[in-house]
Amino acid sequence: MARPVQYNENKKVTFAPIPDGYQGEGFMATKFDKVIGLARANSLWPLPFATSCCGIEFMATMGANYDLARFGSERMGFTPRQCDMLLVAGTIAKKMAPILRQVYLQMAEPRWVIAIGACASSGGIFDSYSVLQGIDQVIPVDVYVPGCPPRPEGILDGILKLQEIVKNESLRRRHSDQYKGLLNEYGIQ
Amino acid sequence: MTNQEIKQLLSERFPELSEWEESYGMLTFRVPPDRNLEIANAIFHDEQLQFRFLTDITAVHYPDRVGEELCVVYHFHNLVDNVRIRMKTYVPVSQPDVFSLAPLFAGANWMERETYDFYGVNFIGHPNLTRILNVDEMDYFPMRKEYPMEDPTRRDKDDEMFGRG
Repeated sequence: MARPVQYNENKKVTFAPIPDGYQGEGFMATKFDKVIGLARANSLWPLPFATSCCGIEFMATMGANYDLARFGSERMGFTPRQCDMLLVAGTIAKKMAPILRQVYLQMAEPRWVIAIGACASSGGIFDSYSVLQGIDQVIPVDVYVPGCPPRPEGILDGILKLQEIVKNESLRRRHSDQYKGLLNEYGIQ
Repeated sequence: MTNQEIKQLLSERFPELSEWEESYGMLTFRVPPDRNLEIANAIFHDEQLQFRFLTDITAVHYPDRVGEELCVVYHFHNLVDNVRIRMKTYVPVSQPDVFSLAPLFAGANWMERETYDFYGVNFIGHPNLTRILNVDEMDYFPMRKEYPMEDPTRRDKDDEMFGRG
């Protein structure tokens, strides 16, 4: 059967909404916060840290059916130095905790963390001597996705929530005393 | 080779073996803790027995059996006749010393490290008796019965939340 080959007019492409600002003919004035936030939110580079079943759900999220790329995360970067968004999917054993922390430390600011699933958020059913009771014991977390494991829609919802955080984040937040205090709580300089 | 034949061969050679039983068809016996390597060596090299595959090493903690709280369990497999046996030895939790089987079976190395990691059994003669699965900083043996399974650092899981308060 012949497959139709059509010229791609990009009819379905939608553009990110223009941020608030003052517009006139041939110019637009807005805040750096808004423009940079817009750019960051729509090109988050994900770093998957998948250890168990939530990782399988995350693989489905990356795949063609759910297609994380629609939201600007086209490619997984398997190096922390290039990535903005750490996705922790799965049970983190206490022995794994220093490694997770090291991965977080290797990421450059600004960096965001999503805890996917019950285990990454709270230890889940593994209330045990060997399992870390939530990754927020070792690194700060921005978004928690509930579920055991969450469906891909849930993970996408978590990423959209994070995009809202990124869009509205002040450029000065990373230099604020509050943020430094938060990192100090985790012993991160 | 039947269990009866194995039992006869073994008890003729080692009269000190005791507590013979067959749970689910698997021949089980008890050895004194200072003889485990010698007996494992004998059943390895015996022409008839030839138990040359060490399937498993583990331990059990019986807090009520005073003086013999820790039971170290070995599973052997005769690959020629497809027969399995289980060897047990009991040691006090205050001095849990048994000989290491690592000189005889290379596979005993990691299994003994695991048994040490969770129960604190001291395998004399082991080349590197350190923790293998738990974090190196752990200062107790988590599978001993006096320690609760739950994570002790967790504060949000109080009994009130589960209707037990």
